[in-house]
Amino acid sequence: MDSALIPKGVKRCPIWQFALGLGIAGAVLLWGVYAMFLCWFKGLNQTNMNDYYGFALWIWADLAVIALGGGAFFTGLLKYVFGKDELKNIINYAVLIGFICYSSALLILAIDVGQPLRSWFIFWHANVHSMLTEVAFCLSCYFCVLTIEYIPLILENRQLDKVPFVHNLSHSMHEYMAVFAATGAFLSFFHQGSLGGVAGVLFGRPFAYREHLFIWPWTFFLFTWSAAAYGPCFTLLVTRITEKIARKQLVKDATIQLLAKIAGWMMFTYIIAKIIDTIYWATTTAPSLGFSLKEFYSNNPVYGFSILFIEIVVCGVLPAVMLVIPKVRSNRLLLTLATVLAVIGVSLNRWVMVLQVMAVPVMSFDTWVMYYPSWQEVATTILPVAYGVILIMISYRYLPIFPQEAELNPLEPETPVAAEMDSQEATEADADPELTPAEA
Amino acid sequence: MFPFNFEWVWDMSHMVFMGGLWYALGILGAGMTFCVIKAILDTASGKGGHHH
Amino acid sequence: MKHTGNIGKPKRYGMVIDLDKCTGCGTCMVACMAENNVPFKKDESNKLDSITWLRVYRLTNGKPYPDNEVCYLPRPCQHCAGKHEGHSPCVSVCPATATDYDQETGIVSQIYTRCFGCRYCMAACPYHARYFNWWDPVWPKGMEKALNPNVSARMRGIVEKCSFCFHRYQKAMEKAHMEGRRELEEDEYQTACTQACPAGAITFGDLNNPEHKVHQIAQPDPAKGGRPRNPKVFRLLEELETNPKVYYLSSREWVQEACHKPHLLDQKTAHH
Ligand code: SF4
Ligand code: SF4
Repeated sequence: MDSALIPKGVKRCPIWQFALGLGIAGAVLLWGVYAMFLCWFKGLNQTNMNDYYGFALWIWADLAVIALGGGAFFTGLLKYVFGKDELKNIINYAVLIGFICYSSALLILAIDVGQPLRSWFIFWHANVHSMLTEVAFCLSCYFCVLTIEYIPLILENRQLDKVPFVHNLSHSMHEYMAVFAATGAFLSFFHQGSLGGVAGVLFGRPFAYREHLFIWPWTFFLFTWSAAAYGPCFTLLVTRITEKIARKQLVKDATIQLLAKIAGWMMFTYIIAKIIDTIYWATTTAPSLGFSLKEFYSNNPVYGFSILFIEIVVCGVLPAVMLVIPKVRSNRLLLTLATVLAVIGVSLNRWVMVLQVMAVPVMSFDTWVMYYPSWQEVATTILPVAYGVILIMISYRYLPIFPQEAELNPLEPETPVAAEMDSQEATEADADPELTPAEA
Repeated sequence: MFPFNFEWVWDMSHMVFMGGLWYALGILGAGMTFCVIKAILDTASGKGGHHH
Repeated sequence: MKHTGNIGKPKRYGMVIDLDKCTGCGTCMVACMAENNVPFKKDESNKLDSITWLRVYRLTNGKPYPDNEVCYLPRPCQHCAGKHEGHSPCVSVCPATATDYDQETGIVSQIYTRCFGCRYCMAACPYHARYFNWWDPVWPKGMEKALNPNVSARMRGIVEKCSFCFHRYQKAMEKAHMEGRRELEEDEYQTACTQACPAGAITFGDLNNPEHKVHQIAQPDPAKGGRPRNPKVFRLLEELETNPKVYYLSSREWVQEACHKPHLLDQKTAHH
């Protein structure tokens, strides 16, 4: 039915299957949209946030989704600026994932602020000393970059490409992509950093506060670094999940291995910096503000030292070491495991830097306050996941996202390669494939 | 954002920050304009029609 | 009219709250709510989302009877000056310049019509002095006629906090200007809580003016970021260098420790 729209030389599932998938994701999406309108029309009393938790699930989701979307800028930087041409085979998908992550972040922010109609004040009345201003500016600029990077992909659809103007436009945009990608990397460096700065500058919150280098707290550099390290991991993970659902290999191993190796070394160096930062903060910064490390991790039901251990060792050092060792990362199963751990690790880091900051009492006579999200908050956080799934489904079906797909999966006759892939993958558990791809 | 907003000050922070912003926006805007113009010119000169 | 104090120079309005006098009666809280049109909910049992610009905390020394002691601590916005005048925790982070540090008076303002409710300032304030309007205000029938006409009511979705009754400052200044004066007498500008406190525990005035009582009690040391020279006077969380303009006075050592040396109080002994 829609075969005229499907890229040449590749096979797609029957339309009813596609429609069914869209329907399921669409239902989840509608649920989220309903919650979103509740928040807009009834106000933020629909959430479980309170005066102790001005920042909560949404801000965490924003930070996490932007860190995970970091794969787009870092892969772009590697390909266009550092000339790692091999990555052209995954850059499209990295851009698409980045586009989803960033549009989701903007949507969540639009729900999160108390007066969404005044959001433009952040630009108009900008306080240039606020980290959040920098985040807002770079975020929206970088979203433009991602849109610019995504457009040529849309234009490459088989039917659209037949229009001469469209063909020429996508051609000329491709030609100047390096300029856009470099601008994107520049913007990303700052907004990823500023997101770290959001917590790091809070000198009234000893749990979050970090010493500064020039005008930036250490978390500025840690966040940029971690986004560059963990973003590609998320790209790899989503690629893996897509391959499993599509039941075929989409990107050649050489590309995957290269990206995994770079991500591994980035993570390795990041986690060393993170450990140094943690030790310095625990032994010098926090005590100088009148706090001992123990106070941050005791007297409450959730945040114990185990959180620190899980973040830094289990989901930090471990996956970094796994990706650095060639033998381990060339094993598909272990590679996937490492990327899963890494994604959990960076999400946990963002959680701690938002939620635990709010939870720790600062005045000695104040108490720990715990928080769990309301269903409206959960639904609006899952909304972007459903939206991501839908956008990936449509893009994968109609756009030439994976340049190596046709070569890896020749249409006639059925190749032994694909069959081999299938049997290998059958060993892995495939839990809830509909919901995983854009998970933040 | 603009010098006519009353909280605007001509100091280092504003110049660096807003300079960076307008610079980035400028590159994006100019780049896109360039691409579109080039595509129009190419189309006018008959390129890209080989699909028909 | 004698004026040897602080003429023509910027004011630094501040408070000294005598914790040894405070009985915890809560009159200041009531006066504050009435003065500033602070909205309230039908059910105020959940304190985590109700608005109290001035909040009285209850501290205990954690000891069993008969050594148990209680202290009440009223906590308005501390009007922090930060490490350098104007670098308050909240003002420095607000992306939309919706909260501002007035260099004339040292008062941290909140611009209700500009705040868009991102709540970053709430995350920044260690004193929990900032409150979000989770609901639109609903006044019991007839009460809107009793609202203070000098203070605008706030809408849902924005942050508000204690303003040191800034509208009273403006009124007093207007009156002074009408009478051809540029300076206010100490008693011309007083906050509602100061005037309401039956125990006289709150003193309010210009910390920069040696003639004002606040200056005389706190004896702030400008060389050390306003640290009090009076050994009985201290500020909340001094070590964070938020540089607040609300000073507390108590001769009880455990109270002093609970307020500015948080690491000395290991167990969380207090409730509110
Ligand atoms: S007490 Fe809180 S709201 Fe008041 S000035 Fe200090 S940081 Fe800002
Ligand atoms: S909530 Fe309002 S006052 Fe607070 S930081 Fe955001 S815009 Fe500024």
